[in-house]
Parts: sequence; C-alpha cells; structure tokens
Amino acid sequence: MAVTEHETGIGSSAPRKEDARLLTGQGRYVDNLTVPGMVWMAIVRSPHAHARINKVDLSKAKAAEGVVAAYSGAELEGDWTAPLPMAWPVTDDINNPAHLPLATSVARYVGDGVAVVVAESRALAQDAAELVEVDYEPLPAVADIESALADGAPLVHEEFGTNHCYTWPLKGGEDVDKLFAEADVAVEERYRQQRLIPNPMEPRGVLAQPLTATGEITLFSSTQIPHIARVTLALATGVPESKLRIVAPDVGGGFGSKLQVYPEEALGIVVAKRTGLPVKWIEGRSENALATHHGRDMLQEISLAATSDGTITAVRVRLTVSMGAYLMIITPGTPLLGAWVYGGAYDVKGYDFECSGVFTHQTPTDAYRGAGRPEATYAIERAVDALARKLEMDPVELRRKNFITEFPAPLASGLEIDSGDYDAALDRALEILDYEAVRREQDERRQRGDAKQLGVGFSTYIEMCGLAPSRILGALKYVAGGWEAATIRCLPTGTVQVLTGTTPHGQGHDTTWAQVVADRLGVDYEDVEVLHGDTSIVPLGLDTYGSRSLAIGMAALCKATDKIVAKSQKIVAHALEVSEDDLEYEAGTFRVKGTDRAMTVKESAFAAWHAHDLPDGMEPALEETAVYDPSQFSWPSGTHIAVVEVDTETGAADLVRYVAVDDVGTVINPQIVDGQVHGGITQGVAQALWEEAVYDESGNLLTGSLVNYLVPSAAELPTFEVDRTTTTSPNHPLGAKGVGETGTIASTPAVVNAVLDALAPLGVTDIDMPATPERVWRAIQEARS
Amino acid sequence: MRQIAITVNGARHELEVEPRELLVYVLRERLGLTGTNVACDTTSCGACTLLLDGESVKSCTLLAVQADGREVTTIEGLAENGNLHPVQQAFHEQHGLQCGYCTPGMVMATVSLLREHPDPSEDEIRHALEGNLCRCTGYVNIVKAVREAAAV
Repeated sequence: MAVTEHETGIGSSAPRKEDARLLTGQGRYVDNLTVPGMVWMAIVRSPHAHARINKVDLSKAKAAEGVVAAYSGAELEGDWTAPLPMAWPVTDDINNPAHLPLATSVARYVGDGVAVVVAESRALAQDAAELVEVDYEPLPAVADIESALADGAPLVHEEFGTNHCYTWPLKGGEDVDKLFAEADVAVEERYRQQRLIPNPMEPRGVLAQPLTATGEITLFSSTQIPHIARVTLALATGVPESKLRIVAPDVGGGFGSKLQVYPEEALGIVVAKRTGLPVKWIEGRSENALATHHGRDMLQEISLAATSDGTITAVRVRLTVSMGAYLMIITPGTPLLGAWVYGGAYDVKGYDFECSGVFTHQTPTDAYRGAGRPEATYAIERAVDALARKLEMDPVELRRKNFITEFPAPLASGLEIDSGDYDAALDRALEILDYEAVRREQDERRQRGDAKQLGVGFSTYIEMCGLAPSRILGALKYVAGGWEAATIRCLPTGTVQVLTGTTPHGQGHDTTWAQVVADRLGVDYEDVEVLHGDTSIVPLGLDTYGSRSLAIGMAALCKATDKIVAKSQKIVAHALEVSEDDLEYEAGTFRVKGTDRAMTVKESAFAAWHAHDLPDGMEPALEETAVYDPSQFSWPSGTHIAVVEVDTETGAADLVRYVAVDDVGTVINPQIVDGQVHGGITQGVAQALWEEAVYDESGNLLTGSLVNYLVPSAAELPTFEVDRTTTTSPNHPLGAKGVGETGTIASTPAVVNAVLDALAPLGVTDIDMPATPERVWRAIQEARS
Repeated sequence: MRQIAITVNGARHELEVEPRELLVYVLRERLGLTGTNVACDTTSCGACTLLLDGESVKSCTLLAVQADGREVTTIEGLAENGNLHPVQQAFHEQHGLQCGYCTPGMVMATVSLLREHPDPSEDEIRHALEGNLCRCTGYVNIVKAVREAAAV
C-alpha cells in the first residue's frame, strides 16, 4: 500500500495500519492458520436442555475413516486440574457450580458438550461426531427466569437445592424508603431485557500446537483475552503457565463474547497433549448460537420518586438475571457493571439497588457490548420518560431539570464522576435534530390521523467504563486487577516497536497507538509497529473489554513514552555535554536552550544501542515498560435521539433518523471513534427492534442461525448523524475516556422511547423489546380495546 | 471423487474434489486462498462472497463441482501490481472496515454492484448490500466507501 499522505498526529484521522492486510485477504484469523500434522476437533453437543448422560458410545466414531481419537466427558474428567474459571464470586454465599469443559453425567443446556472427536479433516471430524451414540435420559428443564424461580421447578444444579445463585445489594445516599414516602409522585416500571446472541462475524476458533518434547503448548484462539486465558487455562489444564503461550491473531469481532475462557480452548490444549498433534476447532455459526455465551436476559423493576415539579429524588432497582446453566468468567458480575449507574445523568439523593442471579437450562450469559450499563441506561431512560408522561412534562425539560451539573460529582450510588457537561451534548443534539421541526411534523401527522406516526426518543446517558481500578475490583471480589501495561522499544535503526497488553479485535489499536507514539517521540507514523495479542511477545497485559484500551492501555503507553523521553534526555545531555536542565523537548527533539544544537530521540536510541559513551551507570538500550493502574473509572456521556416512523396498521417501526452527540474526552482518531459509535448504535438499535434469542419451554433455542436471529443489514438502517462535545478526563494523561460501548449503552432506550412516543396518542405506554411489528401491532390493539 | 478445472484469479487449477465439497473450502484449504471468509452456515451473511464469471456469489453454498470450467475471482485477485482496487482503496479511506472479517465479501459484493450500477444512490447501495452482514461498522462508512468508489 502506498505511503499515506494523510495527517497522522493526535486528533487526525490517520488511515488504519490494519487495513492493508484485511483488505487484501491477508488477515490472520485462526481459521486461516494451518500447521503440519494438524488434525480437526468436533464437539458432540447435547440436544437436550437437561438430561442424564447414561452412556457415551464412541466405538463407531473411533472406527470411522480418518478418526484419530475420541473422548467422552467422563474420560477427560481426570485431565482437568481445576474447573473452567469463574473470576467474580460477587458474594460470599454465591452458589458456584463446578464447570468442566465437557459434561460428565448431566447435560444442562442444549449445546453443552459431552464428547469430542478428532479426525484428519474438518469434514471427517464432523462425520464421525455424528456417529457418537449418547444414551440420554431427558429430564425436565427450565428455560426462563420465572419458571426457574417457581415452586418445585426442576433444578439446574441439584446440590444447591435452589436455582437462586446470589443476591447482591447496593445502597447509598439518603434513606430511600423515606424519600419515596415523602414523594409527590412516583413511577414503578417493569422492563424485560431479552436474551441476545452477540454474533461477531468471525465465529470462535482454536488451534492448539504442542511441543511434546518440552511440554510447551501454543494456543491460537479467537479471543479478546489472551493474557487472562493464559492464567486461567494453566490452572484448568495443568500446563504450567510458563509453558503455555496464547496467541490472539486477527480476531473478527468480539463484543464481549470473546471475553471468555471457553471449553473448546481447554479441550484443544488437553486433546493436543493427549494426541501429541496440533488440534484445530472452528465453530460454525449455528454452533456459535449455542456454544458462545449470550448477553442480557434480565427482568428489571425500577421506581423513581419525585417532587411535583419533576425533581427526581430517589431510585430503587430490583434485577433478576438469568445466569444460564453455568457461571462463566464474569457471568454473575456482568449485571453489576451497571449497578452504580441506574441513576443515569441525574442528581438523585437516595439509591437502592439489588440484583439476584438465577440458573436456567440455557447457554450461560456473560458480557455483551456494554455489559450491565446498557441495561441500566435502558431502565432509567425509560423510567424518566414514564415520569414525564405522568407529570405531563416534556422529556427533554425533565431530563435537563435533573442533570448533574457540577463536577467532580459524587453519586448516591457511591462512585464519583470526574467530568462532563450534559447540557452541552443535549443542546448540540437538539440543534442537529431541529427538535421543533420534528415535533411540528409529529403534530401534523397526529392532527391528520396519519397511519404512519412519528416518534422522538431520548437517551441522555452516562457510562462508567475503563475497567478498572484494581483496588475497587478487589473490594468487589473480582479475582484479578484492572491495570494495563505497555512497552516501547526504540530500535537502533530508528523504527519503534510498541507492545500493548490490550488486544484489539477491530478497534484499530495499531493505528491509534502509533499516532500517539509518533507524536510524542517525534518518529514517523510509518515507523511505529504495534504488537499485541501474543503472550510470548507481550507478556504483561489484561486485554480488551469494557472500553478499557484507550482509557487504561493508552495511559500506560503515555507513561512509557515519558520514561523513554526521560532516559533519552540523559543520553542527549551527556552527548552534548550540557546539563539536562539546559535541554528543551518538543516532538522528539531535544534542543540546547537558545542554540541550534539538538539531538533526537531516534539518535539517542542508536547511542543507547552501541553504548560506546553512555552516562556512568546507565544501562544500554532504549526500551521502557510502564504499568498503569487507574485511580478512577472513566465517564463518557452524551445525548442520543432516535426518530422512528411507526406504521400503526402493520406495527412496523422504521428508524428514520438517529442523532448521537457523545463526550468521550480527547479524541485521538475521529474517524475510528465515529466508527465505534456507529457500530455501537447499531447493536443497541438491533436490541430495540430486531434481535432476540428465543427458547421454547423445553429449552430448545428457536433462533439458532442468522436466518431467524435478525442481525440487521444496511437496508434496515439510516446514516447516523454523529457529533461530539468534549470535556477532558482529569484522570487520563491525554484526557481520553473510552468509546467502545457508548453507542450500545445509549441507543436502546432512545429507540424504544421513540416507538412509545409515536404511539402516545393511541395510549400505548409500554412495549417489550424487540419492538417487532407483531409486538407493536398487538400493543396498539390492546390499547384500543 | 470428481475431476474439475477452475481458473482462480487467472491461474488454472485441475483438482479432484468430493462431490460434496463446497467451493469456499476448496479455495481455502486446497488452494490456500484464505482471504474468503466463512461466517455462517445458512447463506445469510455474505462473508464468503466472490465473483464467479464476474458475478457475485456466496461461495459457501456453491459446490466446487459447480465451478468446473468457470472463472473465480477472490479478494486476493483484486489488487493489481500492488495497487489496491478502487473499491479496496475507498474502504480504506472511508474506514469501511473494523475487524475485517466481513470485508472480503463486502468488497467483492461492491465490485459486482458497481459493475451493474456504476452510480447507485445511498438507498440502492443499502438494498444491494442487504445480503452482506457487518457487525462492526453500522454500515455508515461502508455506504460512504461505496459512494466514493462509484465516484472514481
């Protein structure tokens, strides 16, 4: 690719370094990797949501063409040195079942693995998997939250005597009971967050390559978390961490679904160990729908107390969340990532939150883009609209009246927001929208009884991201920390390697990180290479999720550049025979004040490498590592507005306009940030209007492919109108806040509020997601009758 | 086994294939052309889109034997002499890709679209690409990229 002629500094849309390989078919996704002697693994999965496994007969499979090995769950039981990891036991009394990579005696959801078959090709492995005969004794199953909590419900884990997993409370601020008792007005709302299937375009894949002589194993995996996977897979498989290398090559999207340590990763390692052969497994799309964790799936109760003039005084929240059949890496903690922000952007006095987890015979849930915070935003933003209806106030006016306006802002829930300007984003969004004009058109349609009604929906959201200060994580019983690491290696010939412990899967770190290093060290953008996702190349890191890469990983990077500059300054001062104080630094060049004598960081790298004349006691080479642990979470915010046209005859809701104004702090690459916002909005809109994982009463997934799980195409969406306001984070060296999840966190309530606004003249005040034509049509009929 | 001959990106290949083998796996696993990705099993997502005799097809639902005697163009065959095809260049300029997994299919579908409709409107682009799913971009910058490529 030709050398770019674009600006590449901080704040400019440098074209992405990633694109050259991805646009020409040279992406290195796991399925594109082949090694000599490689064999294929296929998983035999339970077709029952709940069944006793009486017998697994592998004999026909083992006799089939090309089959190398086959193992039942019971056969491999002794290979596990620990269950799959659950890293967030949120309470002391949580019911935490052991989760082995293959079920041994009971299958607990459709898709639960019960055996593996290994053969010489992809097709032969799948053929042989069909020949495994499992004698199942089907048992009664529960496939939704209410059924799981009913008296006498079948138990997912007999040993607990209940399907209840945990209850986690959080209270803060003034006495909430008192605030409700004193309130002029209150709203009590119940919402449902449907179950979602994340569906990154690349399904998961694993290639485990053993070196039998030494016991080393390299695992290539389509994962967001190679570093966390190395720690936890070492524990689960008994391969010493020092002999286990995890590589996340190009990863085709994750959205939280690859923030996981999966059975197939552990199986790949153990099967490679047993057979001595490199073992590959590639997930099919329909297999992904069953075997990759799901998102959301909770019942929400939210109450707001307010004065008659619309001042919100207290928020009370009760959540009941489906865990699915097992607790995966952060299954119980995922809904709690929203626990502090159910008060939204509003200055509430009292806060009362409680969340309960429930086991069901379904695919486990876990993080999906936004993880806990989209749920929080949905609940508060819909409840604020409900309050506006009750008070007959404009939803914009009600929001504005309650905005937090002074920062730092301590929240009744206990955390503190560092910065923001919620009015500024709202003002800008209303301006882009031309609010009055849209309301006028809405009125005209209402007046003439148009079959197609217009609705405007608001979401003035906040987000808590940048996961996370290690001390806070410790206090919350999360077993790991939240720091991040970066290394900068100035090579003798003038190019620079940057090692980041974050692990991108579409976010463009190669580009953004290079922009910052090029700016701060005065090297060419083209001369900076960013390395990531390989635990042997980048040993220190905690990976990418929760909008943490820029918020934390970039802070570590800035710290590392500071260390490089500090060492370089010593080298330059020594070389130019001046004191360090005599030097001034700008963009990679040290200049002796008041003279034209100068030396660059690049030149100091060569001096550091040949080491012929370094200051006494200085170690050769110009390479620095920094580890950064944030003191605070990061707090993006903004206003999103959806305009929806609802056909009152068919129930079809069409998103006609979408305005998003976000405050994500300092922006390194505007084009990349816009792209993150666009994608995030789309996933939130999709939850509002189309996507839902539907199970029948027996626990069969009815939406197990892209034919019936409706990931939107370009045809369903408008071009979003995005802009930004900026308040910089005082806790980040560049003032950045993180942008990976804003769109998903903000958009869902904006769309549903818009649908309800369109239907307001018909008396519709509630609708479940997704607001499909059938649901909307039924809501209209119910309101009419 | 069946004997077939296919021309891929200008090079002729004679192969023995199983009647059940899909074209995409013959390209990926027999010819080493891994640029064409597979992302679903129901012909829904379009990640595997390539050109067969110049027209876009989803190669996950085409048997290799159906390509016998025909010309296939994959993402690897698009750039010439190290220069990106205008559609590839436009996707680069407009940030029409993030994780890149849908990209080869999206680019090939766009090449086919612009051959048939050299100057499509935004609405036409959105409907023409309906069979190609992207989970990262929200399609905003993909549509921009197609408009830019059309203008070249």
